[in-house]
Amino acid sequence: MIWEGIFPYPLRLTFHASLIRMHPIAQRIQREFPGGFVKSVEWRGDLAVTVRRETMHDVAGFLHDDPEMDFDYIVHVSSVDWPDDEERFEVVYEFYSIRKRHRIRLKTRVPESDCEVTSLTDLWKGADFMEREVYDMMGIRFRNHPDLRRILMPDDYDEGYPLRKDFPLRGKGWRDTFEFLNETKP
Amino acid sequence: MQPIENLRSNVYEDQRSTVYKVDPAHPESSTLPTLRTEELLLNMGPQHPSTHGVLKVILELEGERIVKATPVMGFLHRGVEKLAEDGTYHQFIPHTDRLDYVCAMYNNFAYCRAVEKLMNITVPERAEFLRTIVAEVQRIIGHQFWLGTQALDIGAMTVFFYTFRDREILLDWFDELCGARLTTSWYRIGGVERDFTPSLTEKLRRFLDYFPPKIDEYVVFLEKNRIWLARTKGVAVISAEDAVSFGLSGPTLRGSGVDYDLRKSEAYAAYPRCEFSVPVGKNGDTYDRYWIRVQEMQESVKIIRQCLDQMPAEGPIMADVPSVTLPPKDRVFTNLDSMIQQFKLFSQGFDAPRGEIYCGTEAHKGELGFYIVSAGGGKPYRLKIRAPSFIHMGAFDHMSRGYMIADAVTIFGTYDIVMGECDR
Repeated sequence: MIWEGIFPYPLRLTFHASLIRMHPIAQRIQREFPGGFVKSVEWRGDLAVTVRRETMHDVAGFLHDDPEMDFDYIVHVSSVDWPDDEERFEVVYEFYSIRKRHRIRLKTRVPESDCEVTSLTDLWKGADFMEREVYDMMGIRFRNHPDLRRILMPDDYDEGYPLRKDFPLRGKGWRDTFEFLNETKP
Repeated sequence: MQPIENLRSNVYEDQRSTVYKVDPAHPESSTLPTLRTEELLLNMGPQHPSTHGVLKVILELEGERIVKATPVMGFLHRGVEKLAEDGTYHQFIPHTDRLDYVCAMYNNFAYCRAVEKLMNITVPERAEFLRTIVAEVQRIIGHQFWLGTQALDIGAMTVFFYTFRDREILLDWFDELCGARLTTSWYRIGGVERDFTPSLTEKLRRFLDYFPPKIDEYVVFLEKNRIWLARTKGVAVISAEDAVSFGLSGPTLRGSGVDYDLRKSEAYAAYPRCEFSVPVGKNGDTYDRYWIRVQEMQESVKIIRQCLDQMPAEGPIMADVPSVTLPPKDRVFTNLDSMIQQFKLFSQGFDAPRGEIYCGTEAHKGELGFYIVSAGGGKPYRLKIRAPSFIHMGAFDHMSRGYMIADAVTIFGTYDIVMGECDR
């Protein structure tokens, strides 16, 4: 191999070892869901595992129920908008285990044309409000969610989803249609 | 007089006996007249004196019992997460004051810790102690505020005056520390804005001697008060499994007997060097959460005292990372380089590496966390605030079912809810 000529032996060994030494939790997920696992990143002590959307609910169920994982506490649900990517939105769940004292960030990507993931409200009850907020702010729908409505914005709000990157900071002019605001204008 | 333990059940018995029970198959078997019953929808709020802000709850009632409660939130939504994407990391600190506006210091602290984790900055030792002391002072203020308003909601007005009298001393202390009582912005990324003066240390020590007997004074009003006991014991009970599943945190979670405190499990700032215990409840009712908050005030006094004793007398109060941290104010006015550095940090910000972090901090309400995604550059690409008040409201329906309409006020009071943080 050409690599053997370029890299001396010890360097090649460390290079290889760093590739396979993943966090034990990420290793376990990869072993259980070889088709659904995409990647795992460890940065600043935080473990983030990205999985495919179809296996998201199964992986979460595994993390919740497996006695070795035991992620019983839901920390937050969030979403990130990457408009230039093919799969535009990233849904982020963060779990913690009160008994085992470890945490994980579970992520998945969804395209804009079909931005829907399966809700995790059947596993963590707290996911209800947190997922509603993600729906309200980013427009990602959650399948099987018991009550998917807007939560912070008004129910009749029709300007779209405010935390998307293509939403202007000052809004889209909905406020100007309020009669009581127009009356005070000169 | 009957023993206090039996009070709650007796109250329930009395109420049950007034409910007309008619067998619908044989209405004639009852001596009572057949009553038309239907469920009632009641809008509570958004303007209501005890909603701690602007919160509306739609209550489905059967008689006076709550069948279902649907919180309607967002009246105070200001789009703080969107605003964060438009400013530099330093510029966001004053916005965090306005999240939980009664306890601004802890919001500053949680945010600065998150950015420090993102930028991998170590805070100097003296600054860590200063931060811990002020955070614990803020925790005392938060618990005093909670105790006063919760007692006021239930009808014990005197406690409110007592707690606010002592809270005022600490707010004046904040005023001397940073020039503001509520919107403090005293924490900085990498340290704190200014050091304690000898007068501040002296005043704080005097307060530590003054305060512990006052806690007993508050408690005297409540622990033998029949109304307080009847309205807190056995109200809003949540089991440990449910509390964990809902993601509750802080005293609301520990009241159900779950020993989870980030000050212990993450051991940040100067907490690992202090000895303190984390009070944990048993029954998961409002009374246990009250008891925990009272105990936490005692523990905070202990922590502050230990910090004052262990704190190094001299030392830097800001990490020396010129590309990220702000120069000292006196140098900004006298030194050209420092002035340029200050200007650049506020106009362009510092260059954060690509990556994402989550950092949670144990505020007095619960786990206040910041999830920051950086795509490089001086502004956060995405900043998500894990607000404990918002997550606690998710459990409101579960916790209020089956209780009386008057208990609804005390149930969202028991979370120590502040709508500025809940709606962001």
